[in-house]
Amino acid sequence: MDLSFTAEEEAFRDEVRAWLAANVPREPLPSGDTRDGFARHLEWERKLFDARYSVVSWPAEYGGRDASLIEWVIFEEEYYRAAAPQRVTQNGIFLLAPILFEVGTDWQKDRYLRAMASGEETWCQGWSEPNAGSDLAGIVSKARRVDGGWSLSGQKTWTTRGAFCTHLFGLFRSDPEAGRHRGLTYFLVPLDADGVTVNGVGRLDGDEGFAEVFFDDVFVPDRDVLGGVDNGWSVAMTTTNSERGLTLRSPGRFMATADRLVDLYQQRHELADPGLRDEVVQAWMGAEAYRLYTWQTVTKMIEGGDIGPDASINKVFWSEMDVKMHETALALLGPLAELVDTSSEAVDRGSWMKGFQFALSGPIYAGTNEIQRNIIAERVLGLPRR
Amino acid sequence: MQFSFTEDQVLFQRTVRDLLAKECPPEVVRAAWEGEPAHAGRAWGRLAEVGVTGMLVPEEHGGMGLDETDLVLALEESGRVALPDPIVSTALVAAPLLRDRAPQAIASKWLPRIATGDALVVVGLDESPNVPSADVADLLIMQLGSEFHLVDPTKVTLNRHSSVDGSRHLFTVDWRATDESMLVGGEQGWQSVNEAFDRLLLGVSAQLVGLAAHMLDTTVTYVKDRHQFGVPIGSFQAIKHQLADCLIKLEFARPLVYRAAYSIATTNPDASSHVSMAKAFASDAATFVAGRALQCHGAIGYTDEYDLHMWMKRAWALASRYGDSRFHRRRVGRAIFGPDPQTQ
Repeated sequence: MDLSFTAEEEAFRDEVRAWLAANVPREPLPSGDTRDGFARHLEWERKLFDARYSVVSWPAEYGGRDASLIEWVIFEEEYYRAAAPQRVTQNGIFLLAPILFEVGTDWQKDRYLRAMASGEETWCQGWSEPNAGSDLAGIVSKARRVDGGWSLSGQKTWTTRGAFCTHLFGLFRSDPEAGRHRGLTYFLVPLDADGVTVNGVGRLDGDEGFAEVFFDDVFVPDRDVLGGVDNGWSVAMTTTNSERGLTLRSPGRFMATADRLVDLYQQRHELADPGLRDEVVQAWMGAEAYRLYTWQTVTKMIEGGDIGPDASINKVFWSEMDVKMHETALALLGPLAELVDTSSEAVDRGSWMKGFQFALSGPIYAGTNEIQRNIIAERVLGLPRR
Repeated sequence: MQFSFTEDQVLFQRTVRDLLAKECPPEVVRAAWEGEPAHAGRAWGRLAEVGVTGMLVPEEHGGMGLDETDLVLALEESGRVALPDPIVSTALVAAPLLRDRAPQAIASKWLPRIATGDALVVVGLDESPNVPSADVADLLIMQLGSEFHLVDPTKVTLNRHSSVDGSRHLFTVDWRATDESMLVGGEQGWQSVNEAFDRLLLGVSAQLVGLAAHMLDTTVTYVKDRHQFGVPIGSFQAIKHQLADCLIKLEFARPLVYRAAYSIATTNPDASSHVSMAKAFASDAATFVAGRALQCHGAIGYTDEYDLHMWMKRAWALASRYGDSRFHRRRVGRAIFGPDPQTQ
């Protein structure tokens, strides 16, 4: 056991910190889940890419710097510490790229990775459908064999930032005769293809962050099948549990929230219930536990271990901790909690209320926490399925 | 950055687990409940043989000369079987206290005996006047303010106190300090007292994790076997989700406990905060798991014939020992914010 960093790792941290201090926009950007905000965020993504910070752990040929996993976590810690903008490219970088690296063809890697890293092309995930949410294998959108490729028809929904992205990766039923988990294929689809209609959907937090995407006989060439025909379920499951599954919510994010919560407590404690101090400390310790848990996971990965269903333990913990942290912040704000946007009394433009609403999506997306608990119970504890 | 145990450390944990499963089955814990002294079983001798008691004893005194990261998994295992013997006090607290503070003659007298398993050394802090297993101690190390004193157990009066955990034999110790009995005092004394406190916290936290792991394992086995409505009750989501929550609490307490061991081993200046975080999470995890374990067992878990209650009661006792989770959140709070508001 060695919980210290090497001189090289510390140097990397210093370099990242200095660059972020010089380059992170002084004023927070408008939400990346709005049309205008998304465009502003892409300018930032470009800047990150030019400095080779957009995908530090990727090979240099795709715009990365071959950083180790440890350096990647260090980067994330610094990124959130610096309150740098949200990553609107994250669904491509964290959910699609790991699959491309694992099962993508050379053509696909060359065609898509660099443009993804620079933000020139942006990716959304097409998994959920109106009748396939937690029961993902209930997907009915179809892929029909045609000359030179496939024709896609059906509807995807809850597609995060779908209204602003250029591309979609998703699951379609290529063999309707096969079992529920078989006969699905993973496709890469440009959203400007003929037959694609994208409608933005307003979210609970007021942003147009969701979309529904309709496919009406959309042609996709064979070269954009990812990971093999009828192999989509296994490809999708590799990603959900893949090493980078943990990257969706890196520890830096919660450490930064915990630090902001400590600051808020210091500003507000004279007006707030004294019991809230205990909650703030609990939140701070939770972020610390999450950080250490992540280092344990990172070590396991470096040593060649498989993360597997541990990703579910991780997901339930961070998503519920995030809600709790925001609830504590709102309690500290008391009557100011409801004030948002440009209200003159709003604290940090109501960012805690906004963050609270965003946090509420955590226990729902990427597999609801109910599904995660089933996975933990069945695959880790070995309890019988129904 | 390498946050894992070595293959040797994990193998050693397995060895300790196996030997404790054999030498400290539930009947041994039950015997302690029925009045057998805490140190009646054969476990201690075996733990000494494989090097647990002497893990922190320097090699020149016959020990392993290793550190807390080597010991913490063995202590977790001692919690898993609810070992009644004072392993934390002897191996994790007394041994390094004697190693670091005792004059040569005293160190040479006691450290080899700790390593061979011939001496049980029990440490008593002012903060917790009910000292477990004082009746079986070969040496008592008692705190008096800023001082630690070496006390001959044959020259003290012990008064038995009852714990909710009947296998914990608690005693107040009526003893007298003399000039000769002082091991350490003054500035160094306070340092030693704080270190001893942090070490007790680490040891108890590791045991709480072990207790929680055992209660969860037992409950998983039970809900797979127990049938109602024609199916194992473990197939119901109402059960699954409770036990998933138990595992989450346990898995997030663990890294805090292991980090605390590392921080003590490396004399990290924040070690006190780190052990407090460990104790807070481990206490909450163990009491949470105890509650779910009971609920998922139903009435059988509520009987005193069934073993579960012995683990639950140990968990309750240790969760409040040396400060409960609220106490330790306050301690961490002082590290973050400075003094408590009410004491400003």
